[in-house]
Order: sequence, then structure tokens, then C-alpha cells
Amino acid sequence: MSEAREYKYIGQRSIRPDGFDKVTGRANYGADMTLPGMIWGKILRSPHAHAKIKNIDTSKAEALSGVLAVATYQDFPTADKKADLARNILADDKVLYHGHAILGIAATTSAIAERALDLVDIDYEVLKPVMDIRDAMAADAPLLHEDMITEGYAEAPTTASNVATRLEMKMGDVEAGFKEADVIVEGDYYTPTVHQGYIEPHACVVRYDEDGQSMIWCCTQGHFDVRGSTANILGMNLSKLKVIASEIGGGFGGKTTIYLEPVALVLSRKSGRPVKMVMDRDEVFKASGPGSATRNWVKIGAKNDGTITAMQAKLHYEAGAFKGSPMMMGCMTAFTPYAVENMYVEGFDVVVNKPKVAAYRAPGAPQAEYAAEMVVNEIAEKIGMDPIELRLKNAAKEGTQTIYGPKFKAVGLVECLEAAKNSPHYKAALKENQGRGLAAGFWFNIGGQSSVTLNMNPDGTGTIVEGSPDIGGSRASMQLMAAEEMQMPAENFRPIVADTEHVAFSAGTGGSRTTFATGMAVIEAAQDVIRQMKERAAAVWNVTAEQVDWADGVAINTAGEDRLTAAEICKGAERTGGQISGRGNINARGAGPSFAVHLCDVEVDRDTGKVDVIRYTAIQDAGKAIHPSYVEGQLQGGAVQGIGWALNEEYVYGDDGLLQNPGFLDYRVPLASDLPMIDSIVVEVPNAFHPFGVRGVGESGIIPPLAACAYAVSQAIDAPIRDLPCSPPSVLKVIQENS
Amino acid sequence: MAVVEYKVPQSVGEAVEMLTDKTARVLAGGTDLIIQLRAQNSDPVIAVDIKKIDSMMTATMDGNGLTLGPSMSCAELTAREDIKAEFPGLVEAAYLIGSTQVQGRCSVGGNLCNSSPAADTIPALSANAAQCVIQGPDGERTVAVEDFVTGVGTNCMATGELLTAIKIAIPAAGTADAYLRFIPRSEMDIAVAGAGVSVTLDADGKCTAARVSIGAVATTALLVTAAADALIGTSIDDAALQAAADAASEASKPISDRRGTAEFRRHVVGVLTRRAAKIAADRAKEK
Amino acid sequence: MAKIHVNTSVNGEPVEFLCEPHETLLDVLRNDLQLTGTKEGCASGDCGACSVTVNDRLVCSCLVLGAEAEGAEIGTIEGVSNKDQLHTIQQKFLEHAALQCGVCTPGLIVSTQALLKENPDPTEEEARYYLAGNLCRCTGYDKIIRAVMDAAETMRGAA
Repeated sequence: MSEAREYKYIGQRSIRPDGFDKVTGRANYGADMTLPGMIWGKILRSPHAHAKIKNIDTSKAEALSGVLAVATYQDFPTADKKADLARNILADDKVLYHGHAILGIAATTSAIAERALDLVDIDYEVLKPVMDIRDAMAADAPLLHEDMITEGYAEAPTTASNVATRLEMKMGDVEAGFKEADVIVEGDYYTPTVHQGYIEPHACVVRYDEDGQSMIWCCTQGHFDVRGSTANILGMNLSKLKVIASEIGGGFGGKTTIYLEPVALVLSRKSGRPVKMVMDRDEVFKASGPGSATRNWVKIGAKNDGTITAMQAKLHYEAGAFKGSPMMMGCMTAFTPYAVENMYVEGFDVVVNKPKVAAYRAPGAPQAEYAAEMVVNEIAEKIGMDPIELRLKNAAKEGTQTIYGPKFKAVGLVECLEAAKNSPHYKAALKENQGRGLAAGFWFNIGGQSSVTLNMNPDGTGTIVEGSPDIGGSRASMQLMAAEEMQMPAENFRPIVADTEHVAFSAGTGGSRTTFATGMAVIEAAQDVIRQMKERAAAVWNVTAEQVDWADGVAINTAGEDRLTAAEICKGAERTGGQISGRGNINARGAGPSFAVHLCDVEVDRDTGKVDVIRYTAIQDAGKAIHPSYVEGQLQGGAVQGIGWALNEEYVYGDDGLLQNPGFLDYRVPLASDLPMIDSIVVEVPNAFHPFGVRGVGESGIIPPLAACAYAVSQAIDAPIRDLPCSPPSVLKVIQENS
Repeated sequence: MAVVEYKVPQSVGEAVEMLTDKTARVLAGGTDLIIQLRAQNSDPVIAVDIKKIDSMMTATMDGNGLTLGPSMSCAELTAREDIKAEFPGLVEAAYLIGSTQVQGRCSVGGNLCNSSPAADTIPALSANAAQCVIQGPDGERTVAVEDFVTGVGTNCMATGELLTAIKIAIPAAGTADAYLRFIPRSEMDIAVAGAGVSVTLDADGKCTAARVSIGAVATTALLVTAAADALIGTSIDDAALQAAADAASEASKPISDRRGTAEFRRHVVGVLTRRAAKIAADRAKEK
Repeated sequence: MAKIHVNTSVNGEPVEFLCEPHETLLDVLRNDLQLTGTKEGCASGDCGACSVTVNDRLVCSCLVLGAEAEGAEIGTIEGVSNKDQLHTIQQKFLEHAALQCGVCTPGLIVSTQALLKENPDPTEEEARYYLAGNLCRCTGYDKIIRAVMDAAETMRGAA
């Protein structure tokens, strides 16, 4: 890419094309669809955290007038039946968490379906629940899966345990590194189970036709993934299943998997009717996929001049009821903001009687980096060095070797740290009972497969047909990137998210990939259109395509004076070979990592332990901000989710393993009145692999707040914080123990 | 949700008659009832919407004091400057219930009849020695607010009875109230602890009477005479405030739950008592 | 259970509907009247996605029975814009990028309209507290508050 490139369209704060529908209430989300003859499905969920299902009797429920179908695990036909995903969607012979789905019932009204659930008789053998990593790893722990042997040891253990996987990553020699250190700090850190907290509950409307042709309308981050997973569980051919992505009311990773869709399709097949299923809010909390609770130990050594000599961690992630926590991501990210030769990280993926975790914004990274950043701050304090200077001295930069393999190309950590240092926030004075915390965050970002078709209309306008659900304004970015590449006004392009039958496979919206990867596909499709435009113009002028230039949306004959606008070429397309349509079907490589640095000021009420965030600045490298407002929005939104994680959000389970706070009343996400403005500083260190330099920005912003907030609290109360959340009872306890 | 019938009485008499059916429940703002009915998937219920009864929805302030229609929305109540001038603590408590949306529906009477240990208005009412007027099939009776709530979610009302008014006498000169609660966020939470305090100061600033009521730290709000006694006879100085705080903590019988630990509640209810008493005293000095 | 016949007004237009006694106003709006702009996020009054006005008072429609709409005037997101003209609040939400996923947006716009009717010149703090019952999980509220304050200023200028 050219560094000096002047952009005409990208970087503008345009009005998002889907915005009008959203501010008027017209936009259709998961639960907003209705089909003729539609009936309602509800899920029966486990009242126990851990139990064997001895018998299920649905006869009374089926006899209730208005009940049209019942679906159980036995209705999943495939060889892949034992797969965790299927057993999470409907329990087989064991329920593994409070709220674990057992069966679905469809009835003519949701009220009748709910009444029918009460008529199902189930015999349970209640087992002791395992609710914490320590309990789960104890020698005598009850086992969730009696056949689970820990993977990842050179020699496989001979007995089953609740540890699914053990992983190790290393560089250099940490023991030698610690020997070089003047100061060593270590600590144990806990982070609780948290939920993405999207406002829109999971919902779908499905229809199974007599010939097996099926349709799913649902809110998802990846409708091709819904198609693949559902077809797999139900043994269907992909061409039989069409998935339409509705507008999506938040996901943050939580809508990258499926819960209701296969059950709804079975109910539709059995009843011969379209079926709608919508989770209640308590079902979302109890039985969708929260983020892992973790217990992490970190040890870091440094010289008195600030050189970090060794970094070591032992990370334990709760996977929930089935293996597959983002523990590996934690191992890969924990120390990656630092260019340190000696690193050793060991990770454990542990099952407990909680819902199977799903992705949550930079999955795995906030927990590990929380512990690491807390210890880095403590090192800075111990050696009397400014925390930004300490980080600048050790910052990862171009050429730094990462623990997970590649060396960094150009990255923006140093630039983010400099921006923090120069910010008015960092220079502002603090008052009594106030504290300031700073932390860095690293996230890889991903690329992957995206497919785009750019269909030109006879008037020279075009439709951008993409397959990436738009969760935060990405259609605006696609429009701007098409405009930039075509050198034509953004409003000439209408971006739409097509269903699985109208665009080729596209990976889901996750990993901060859409603006990067689908954006590249849009650019490629636009280039394809330009190429065809030039060919058509060349044919009209009787020159070669190479003799045609493209500038400001106009084909120019370099061999003469001729000009043809896009509109003129499209209008004449009928005579030059048919309509023009560009294609960009890619597997994008080269996603640029995005670093973030956050500053947080808090004030603590020492009498109650209550923490108020009084000032906050989020700084992040966007590579190139296509739509600056929505980039800032990602920084701010990530910061506030992280603030919630740091301060008040947590799943509270009783000793019986039952979730005590499955609602927004007691799962306390931040409110408008809890917060100050979130200042955002967008740093732009271009990603060399993207035509415009784009890096994904969606995830890094949730990583630094945990340590930035917790460290600010520890500064305000002059006592160490280890466990999250910094809820009032927990902070007051630390204050009292240290005074 | 199990509402099987919806009735709209036009008078207290008509409402009382409807409420003699054991399955009848009073529907005022619905901000507790509708949630409970949904969560419980309960037995069939007749909803008796009493909001068309004028006296249930209005409030008067006169020489006798405040007569509050129990179902008047908190939004309307908190907009009433005349009530706020006399009972700022009660109005603050009413204001703290729920969001703006909930304020438009919820009411002091509803808060009282829901009888949650964490109800914000109950300690505030108790600090003001409020009386509850109850109409039943056999006539009217009046009970002190402390005697109204009998346990977690239970109260003294029998089938067929309707809370028709909440009355507070105009307090003696030099009296003011305050209510504070503790919640983890800035809004939208249920009280983890609460404290309503009313104090009367003489011309020299000596406290001659006080009432302290604490919430969310026992099965019902507790009127803590020991805390009041710690204030009476003092100029409500720091020592008296701390003594009142200690008495409140001492009197509390909290539990640990998803909103806070018992030890946290015990501590914080003292902090709130101290702070609320200070605010009430400062207000009393202004009067 | 007999259905209840309700006569009401929605966004200034007369509306009649039949509802079950247990149905909430939210159920009626969404399922019977097909006014799906009002969203269900929690059904317990904790998220504000279902905010509507009843007789000019802001409420959560999940905590109102459909039957209670008898004789009332209901205002929903569908009534905020004027034909093909967006309301200033809607325009400001778009200009400030005050929405990401957009599912909380209808509730926030209805609440903002109620706020500015009650208080045309709110401080930032007043706006934040008034809107505390409208959860947004995407934006961190920054751009929402900016849009609200800008809308208030613009509307004051126009008034």
C-alpha cells in the first residue's frame, strides 16, 4: 500500500445505510419474524446443576390441547450425535448445568407450550455439582464426563478427570531469566464467569417443508455456521437448508454458535408447521455461552532498569460443561505485548457444572492479560518506574518474536503508549480516594473466508452483496470501501447481508474480521467491476483494456479524449456483453494485530467499597479507520464491557449449583448513569496486508479495562486487588484487611 | 403468566368485594406483580386494577399531614413539591425505586404491599411513623407501618382487604427526614441496605426526638430504637452519629446473597444510618 | 379464558384489539398489532428495550397488561418520525453513530423523547440518570449521550 495515499471516501463519518430502519423500529431482528401458520416452541431446562436423567415421560404434555410436537435428543439422527454441541443443545442421559436444555415442545401458543413443559415428568438422580476450578481439579472431584482423559501430556493419564486439555508454550529459558531479575513479582488472580449481555435474546423462526427443504431465520453472527452446525446435527445436505441472518441485537461472540435451531427444525418437521422459538432472558443467562471464569497465576521478573527478563504463567480456564474454553488464546496473548526472550505459559481447560462457554470478545485474552498487566504494574511500582515507560522499554514491535510463532510486522503498541503518555488524561492530577490504572491489551484478529458480489445496476449504482452479519455498522464500512475503490459516491452502493443461498460461503462476524476480510472481498469485487468497465469501454472505443484508465468513477481512453462514466457503461452494458457484476471470493490472510492501551481513574468510597469510574481513555491501533465513528464506538463499547467485568458483573451460583442471578437486575451491566464519557484515541499504524491498512478493532478494547480498573482501585485504596469483580463487598473486604 | 381475568373496580367498595375472591390480586403499577406472575407461572389469578379509583391515585397535604393514595405513581409523587418540602426523605426513597420507566408505574403502596425486605419506602415511612389505612369487608382499620409487614413478602392484609391510604402526621417543628440506600451501581438495583432517619432538633440544635429504620438487613424493615436513642439528647455530633451507626449495625440481622454478604450489609447499614442522620439533622437545622 | 376487547389509541390512531388477560402490552404490540419496533430484552423491566409511553408517561410495556390500554394513548417508536421525516432525535442518533446493533435504539429514542418533553435542557448527568433504565451493551453510552445532548440543543433552537 502507498503510505501517502489520500482517501476521498474512507475516513468519512457517513450515515450508516441500515440506520434509518434501526431508528424507526422497522429493522427486523430475530424475534420480529412471523410466518403464516406459525406455532411456538419452548425448551424444558434442567432444574439441577448435575444429574442423571433416569426417565422422561412426556405423555401428559403431549395430551395437552394445542401441543403439536415434542423434540428430544433422540430426534438427532446423525453419527455425529455424541458431539458436545448436540448434547449441549439437548441433553442426552445427563444434565450438566442449571438450565441445560432437555427437550422442546411446540404448541399453538407460547402460553400452552409453557404449560406443557410443566406437565413433563422427569426422574433425576441428582449428583454433586462441581462449580469451581479448584474443586474440579481436586483428586476426589465428581466427574462430569467419566471418559474424559486429559489431552496434552506427553504420556496420557490413565484415569479420567475434569481437565480436558493441558497446554504448554515457551520461548527461551524462564529460570535463567528469573535469575537475571532484580525484582520478581507473582500473584494469583481470579476472574468470574461473565456474560456477553447482548440485549437481544436468541431467537429463530424455522420452517421444514415436506420435501425436506428447510429455512431458518435467526439472529446470528454467522449464518453459514448455523447452516453447517444444524445440518451436521440433523444429517442434512447443505443445499436443503437456507439460513437467513436477521438483524442482530448484539452478540460479542455469544451468537457464534447454535442453541435453538436444530430443536426448532425437529419441531417443525414433526408438526408440519413453522416454529418460532425465543429465549427468555433467564434462559439466555442460564444456558447460552458465557465467558470463562479463570484462576491464573503470573510471575514476572525484571531488572532495576525496567528490562523484563522472564514471564511465566499458569492459567486455568473453566470450559463449562463441555471442553473447549479459550484457554489456548489466553496462553497466546498473556505476555504478547512484551518483547521478552524468556516466557513459559501452561494452560488447563477444565470442565465444571456451568453452561458451555462461548466466545466473548477477544475470547480468553482479557482473563490472562488481566493477571499479566496487574503484575507488570506492580513491577513498575516496585522499581519506581512509570508504568508507561516500563512498557515502552519492553514493548512488542516490528520484528518481535511471539510465543505462538510468527514475528510481528508493523504494530502500534508503542504509538498507543506514546498517545497515552501525551494524553491530557495521563497528566491530570488525582484527588484523595482516587486512583489511576493503566493497562495494555493485545489481540490477533483474524481473516478467513469472505464472499462478495458487487452487482452493478443499469444506472451505474450497485448492490454490495455480502455474507457477514452486520453487528455494529459494518455495512457503512463496506459502502465506503466500495466507494473508495470505485472512486464513486458512497450512496451509489447499497450493501446487503444476503442469506446462505444468495452469496457464497462467508465465515461469521467474529475475530474482528469483517471490516478487514469482507472489506478486502468488497475491494476485490470492486476491482473486478472496474476491470470489466475498462473492457467494455475499450470495446466501445476499439482500444485495448490496457489503454483505458479509471479515475473518479470514469473510464478514460488514454489514447484519445474519450470518457465514459460508470453510469454510461452500465447503461450500455446490454450492448457490450450483458450486465456487470464483480466478484470477490477470498480467504483473507494477514490480519493485523491490534494493540490497545487504556487509562482509568476511579474514586472509591472507603466506607462502602463502592467504585466510581470518573475518567476513562481508550487508545487503540485501527490500522486505518474506515468509519471513525464506528471505530470509536468499538473502543468505547469494549471499554465499558471491560469496566463491567472489572467492577460488578459475575455469575453467582449457590452451593447447589443453581444460578442466583439470571437477569439484568442482579447481573449488573454498566448503566448510562454509571459512566463518564469514554475518551477514545484512534492510532493508525497501517496493516501492510490490507489495501487500506485496516486492522480489526472489535476486540482488543475489552482486554485492558480489567487491569486498568482493578489497578486504579488498588491505587485508590492503597491495597492490592487480585480477584474480580471489584464489587463493593469485595473491595471493602480488601480495605478492611489492609487497614 | 396466570392472569385469567382482569377487573376494573370504580370504587373502594367494589374493589373490596372483588378482592374477597382468594385468587384476586391487586394490580396497581404492576412492576412487582407482573414480574412475579411471570416468574412463578402461578395458579390462576384475577387481576384487580384499582387505578380507576380516584382516592387510590391522589395525595393531599393539609393541616393534618399527608394522605397518600397508595397507588399514585412515584413519578407523580416525586413531582409534588409540597410533599417533598415536608418529607424529603420519603420522596427520595420513592424516587429510588427502579428506572424512569418503573417510576411511571410503581407506587409507595405497591412497594409496601409487596413487602420485600429491601423495599426502599418502608424504612422511610417508618422513620416518619406512617399509618396504613386498610379497608376490608367488615370495615376500616389502621395499623402502624412497622406492623404492616410481617415477613419476607408477607403482610397483615387479609383476603378482601385493600390498603386505601397511607397517612403521615405533620411532624413537630424542627423535624426532618432522610433516606439513603446502598446499591452496587448508580441506579436500577435493589437495595443492599437502606436507612431512613427522622430527627427533631430544638432551637439549640439538640435532638429531642428521632426515629431510625433500616432496610434489607432483616426479614422486615427494623425500627431501631437504640440508634434513635443514640441521637436523642445530642447535637448529632460525630460521636452520636457513630453510636447510631453502631446501634444500627448491631440491630441488623442480614443474610448473604447475590446482592451482598451479611458482614458487608451489617457494616454498610451503619454507614448509611450515620450519613442519613447527618443529612436529616442538616435539613432540620434549615427548618 | 375469555379474550378482552380493548379500545385504545396507538400513535394517534384508533386501535381495537382482543387480548388474553395475561398478555402484556408488549405482547399485544408485537404479536397482535405487528408493531415489532418495540423490543423485548428481558420482560422484567430491567432493560428498557420495550419502552413506550402510556398517556405520555414513559413505561416498560412488558410491565403493563394489554387490557390496561383501554382508553389510553399509547406512543411507540413507530410514531416518532413524521411521515418521511425523521425526528430530530432519530437524526442525531444517526449522525452521532449512537447505535451499533440497534436493538436498544427504539427504546432509547422513545425514552429520549420523553426526557426532552419533561426537561428540554437536561444536564449530561440528568440525561444519564433518566436513561439509566435503557441498557445498551454496544456503545458504552458515550455517543448516545452526545446524540441526546445535541438533539436537546437542536430542539431548543427550533422551539
